Amino acid sequence: MQLQSMYQEIILDHYRNPHGRGLREPFEAEVHHVNPTCGDEVTLRVHLDGDTIADVSYEGMGCSISQASVSAMYDLVIGKSVPEALETGEHFMTLMQSKGDASVAEKLEEELEDAVAFAGVSKYPARIKCALMSWMALKDASARALSVAHPAAPTGGQQA
Amino acid sequence: MTRTVSRPTRARAPLPLDVEAIRADFPILSRTVRDGKHLVYLDSGATSQKPRAVLDAERDFYENHNAAVHRGAHQLAEEATDLYEAARAKVARFIGSDDDREIVFTRNTTEAINLVAYALSNAATAKEPEFRTYALGQGDEIVVTEMEHHANLVPWQQLCERTGATLRWLGLTDDGRLDLSDLGTVVNERTKLVAVTHQSNILGTINPLEPIIARAHSVGALVLVDGAQSVPHQPVDVQAMGADFLAFSGHKMLGPSGIGVLWGRYEILDKLPPFLTGGSMIEVVRMEGSTFAAPPQRFEAGVPMTAQAIGLGAAVDYLTELGMENVEAHEKALTAYALERLAEIPGVTVIGPPDTVARGGAVSFTVEGIHPHDVGQVLDDLGIAVRVGHHCAWPVVRRYGVPATTRATFYVHSGYDDIDALADGIRAAQKFFGAV
Repeated sequence: MQLQSMYQEIILDHYRNPHGRGLREPFEAEVHHVNPTCGDEVTLRVHLDGDTIADVSYEGMGCSISQASVSAMYDLVIGKSVPEALETGEHFMTLMQSKGDASVAEKLEEELEDAVAFAGVSKYPARIKCALMSWMALKDASARALSVAHPAAPTGGQQA
Repeated sequence: MTRTVSRPTRARAPLPLDVEAIRADFPILSRTVRDGKHLVYLDSGATSQKPRAVLDAERDFYENHNAAVHRGAHQLAEEATDLYEAARAKVARFIGSDDDREIVFTRNTTEAINLVAYALSNAATAKEPEFRTYALGQGDEIVVTEMEHHANLVPWQQLCERTGATLRWLGLTDDGRLDLSDLGTVVNERTKLVAVTHQSNILGTINPLEPIIARAHSVGALVLVDGAQSVPHQPVDVQAMGADFLAFSGHKMLGPSGIGVLWGRYEILDKLPPFLTGGSMIEVVRMEGSTFAAPPQRFEAGVPMTAQAIGLGAAVDYLTELGMENVEAHEKALTAYALERLAEIPGVTVIGPPDTVARGGAVSFTVEGIHPHDVGQVLDDLGIAVRVGHHCAWPVVRRYGVPATTRATFYVHSGYDDIDALADGIRAAQKFFGAV
């Protein structure tokens, strides 16, 4: 059975006991993202303290991969600056594109912590979007939150 | 290859079709997936696999007759045109039409429906008076149902946006049927077109077309039937059905991808302006303007999908040989068995009619505590191909309060062993995720 390579115990733990789940105040931006091929959804809020991500709160429905991914992301990005968090998101994307190449996972293990367990998902193209949905939502929400915090910044133009 | 049947003691009626003989006609069914697993293909509702006869027909066309149809003065062009038109005739006979001009080849069901939707909006601005016969505008209404595939919903939403017409719809009952209690008010003298699916791709429901068509025609509305899930699986006779348009896809009925069909009553097709324009569909072209060919050429702009149409003709021959009554009876037996096997599994809920009355072989279900994607992943690991998600019918899953479903669909090569594998696979998913 190949299933265990995707459904690592860490992933199933996050799925059964998600970290940081629930929508909380305060927040500067809220986004709603869907995966139109399967109907999975996430509503995600970002609260900034200066440029630091003070809280990410979320509600959503979806498969174990999408739900575990947002939980592992929560652990990773709280306390990081927005650029740091987005860089981690880029590295998570690299992991998702690794097609199961163990050397990529090894290099990223320290930075991605629990999220490196998603390496097995990269072998299943149909599931990569599930793992990435929350990271896309975070990128979107933090850009909007920054534009609220710094209305003159060139990233502006979007409503929180 | 023999397969192990998990519960050999169960009494099962012999199936109408010879599954082992049919499987031998489908090359893909002999391959393995996911590290040597035997392929159990339960996703024919998304696209069907192809028998060797269809593959051979396409190959023979390219190897021996390939040319652009309806143009050219050489022998190959004649042969290609004859084969293409013979395929049209086969398709016409298959659905009970005695007029080949009523068969328009399209890319798929989606394009066939869009053809009608765009012809209707083009009618409003057509300069030829006869092409304005079915023009719509503000105050007119189009009726669909809550059960439609996105392909028979979004084109009508868009047509309403373009023309100012209003979209209305018939709702669903809790047991997965159309709610016809307000048919008399939803379809009224303002209704110009009713678009309804014959067989739901997600619920399996076979809709009662007769009262809907009777009501629509009594108020002068046209009726388009989405036959994507019915034409491949049951006998369909357009004369008996009485609708004005029927759309279906070749790839869901053992044919190639890239070929679909719009059947329309000739006198109606004849009054519709074109959708796509260009070569092949014209009568006379001058720099100042053009006139158009009669149907079906009016709706087949450009060099058509020739090999695919010929492949579809071969698929029609294959299905005719099996007998569509037998195909229908075969799938009914499998559906009854699947509903029975799924009902035995705690936590499994079928979304759609719970019995085989007016029901086809699309069996959608949820497994308590496990998301459909995860169910599908475990099944895939066992070599079982199913569809997961909202099945391009998002309003339906929303109506039944589930985010998505897992769907198994059957066809001529499906057997009881496939359903046993599915049931065992669902139990394996429950075990893996600790849901029971």
